[in-house]
Amino acid sequence: MNNTFRILFSVLLVAGVAACAKKAVKPTATADTTPAVSQPTDNAGRYQVGDLDTDACLRQRVVYFDLDRTEIKPEFNAQISCHAEYMRQFPNARVTLEGHADERGTREYNLGLGERRGMAVQSALSGAGASGGQLNVVSYGEERPVDRGHDESAWSKNRRVEIVYTTAN
Amino acid sequence: MNRLSLRCFAMAMLLAFAGTAFAQGLSIDITDGSSTADPIAVVPFAFEGAGLPPETDVSEIVRADLARSGKFFTLGRRDIIEFPTRESEVKFATWRMLKQNYLVVGRLADAGDGALRVEFELFDVARQSRMMGLAISGQRTAMRDVAHQIADLVYEKILGVRGAFWTRIAYVTSVGLGQNTQYALMVADSDGFNPQVVVRSREPLMSPAWSPDGRRLAYVSFERGNSSIYLQDLSTGSRELVSSQKGINGGPAFSPDGTQLAMNLSYGGSPDVYVMDLASRKTRKVTSHFAIDVEPVWTPDGQRLVFTSDRSGKPQLYEVPASGGDASRLTFQGQYNARATICCDGKKIAMAQGTGNVYRIAVLDRATTTYSEISPGNVDESPSFAPNGSMLLYAATEGPRGVLYAVSADGRVRQRLVLADGDVREPAWGPFRQR
Repeated sequence: MNNTFRILFSVLLVAGVAACAKKAVKPTATADTTPAVSQPTDNAGRYQVGDLDTDACLRQRVVYFDLDRTEIKPEFNAQISCHAEYMRQFPNARVTLEGHADERGTREYNLGLGERRGMAVQSALSGAGASGGQLNVVSYGEERPVDRGHDESAWSKNRRVEIVYTTAN
Repeated sequence: MNRLSLRCFAMAMLLAFAGTAFAQGLSIDITDGSSTADPIAVVPFAFEGAGLPPETDVSEIVRADLARSGKFFTLGRRDIIEFPTRESEVKFATWRMLKQNYLVVGRLADAGDGALRVEFELFDVARQSRMMGLAISGQRTAMRDVAHQIADLVYEKILGVRGAFWTRIAYVTSVGLGQNTQYALMVADSDGFNPQVVVRSREPLMSPAWSPDGRRLAYVSFERGNSSIYLQDLSTGSRELVSSQKGINGGPAFSPDGTQLAMNLSYGGSPDVYVMDLASRKTRKVTSHFAIDVEPVWTPDGQRLVFTSDRSGKPQLYEVPASGGDASRLTFQGQYNARATICCDGKKIAMAQGTGNVYRIAVLDRATTTYSEISPGNVDESPSFAPNGSMLLYAATEGPRGVLYAVSADGRVRQRLVLADGDVREPAWGPFRQR
């Protein structure tokens, strides 16, 4: 997923720059988009475009859930907040929330469960500053496990929502 | 295998050895040898044509079908001491001594244009009488079809119930991991042979459902980046998108008359059951609840839908008129009951029943509201009744991979279908075929 995102991100970065140029919005912004910058947020708490790849908080893009639960656990609050803040600062950013379930239970029911989890993250992000139009939920149910094991260790990794940027800025 | 009689053990061993001869290994478990299954001997059919006999061992397929149904004990080949091919060669005393109730003999002859004519006869050993004598012709490449049709005819003649061996099954496979996973929707014969690809995708495929005429499959594909429902014609391969609403598009199920497609859609906020009229493509909402309502299946009269809902907490089965209205709960035993499959005029419903981390297939008898557990695994799911209700397919997990099992409706005989490398799941047993 990370590699895919990186490729996607570079493509979008180029596309984004082109789009900015067309709209004649702040042509100087091109200078800020060099992705090699490894600094975190600047002093004013503002994110820069490259931060998605470098910022310790923004690089966290998976929210894990308890069995049959859809509540977001407190340890993911910081992750939700920084992504919401990034999306607030970059209103053109678009995110797909991919909801997943573990293998227990039926596949169609797990599609529903994955969607509920995606929607829980969607409403948390909206509540923290992202706008609804930036967010899209897709449930994969149990169809895309990251661990094909059949124990709690595997299941706990599979019960998740992945935050996938389809447009970075 | 705990209550295995010596006879069953001998048969299982024979099958284990015989299996290696068929290129695709099949294993069979007889879990209860004390039942009332009928002993039947299927004598190897003689080849009386010119040239080489066909690669397909017709009589062995007939025998394996009958054994798999759970309704018959078939005599192992080692125990067959005479090889009659027609009525005039049958000595009933021999088969009575071998404690056989029924006997099948047959022979293959040339039928012109490279086709073969398979003649077979069924005898009642106690009455020393011929019950049936028929011939079916087919090309050499169609001998598996011919064999399944013979098994169907024998099954029906003895039990008075149409056989379902000459049917097809659909299922989903996945091979590879992560981004390199390849999914395929497959169709094969009811015994797992002749697998054919219906559609391949790099995105997940789910929930195959047969049209009542067996010509089309409805299924869920993620190829558009979200779940969508497609209909595909099996003979032409042409397909059409029927639902790609925002959110989940899942759980397709054809009505018994084939004019409507039930499904679950979540664009209204949470998954609810809908019914689409296939001619007009108009949908109507059947359930309306903030819970997850999924996996609708039709009762055989087409009047009601049974579906899975977690409106009471955990998933349970509910029933609702297909025209909409109040849903009533059907299952009260077990923490988790989902993915219904209905048979026998609606008298029986099989489901995936979960308790703790263990999911097994259970059959609910609606008249007595009693359940019988018919699978032994830990992650058994996706039951699908044969069209005559005699057997079910279900998906199980063995080590890292999913496999399919065919099990007799009483749970007594279970056979693993070896279909492909990788993960195999979501079997759907197709309807009876028209000759």
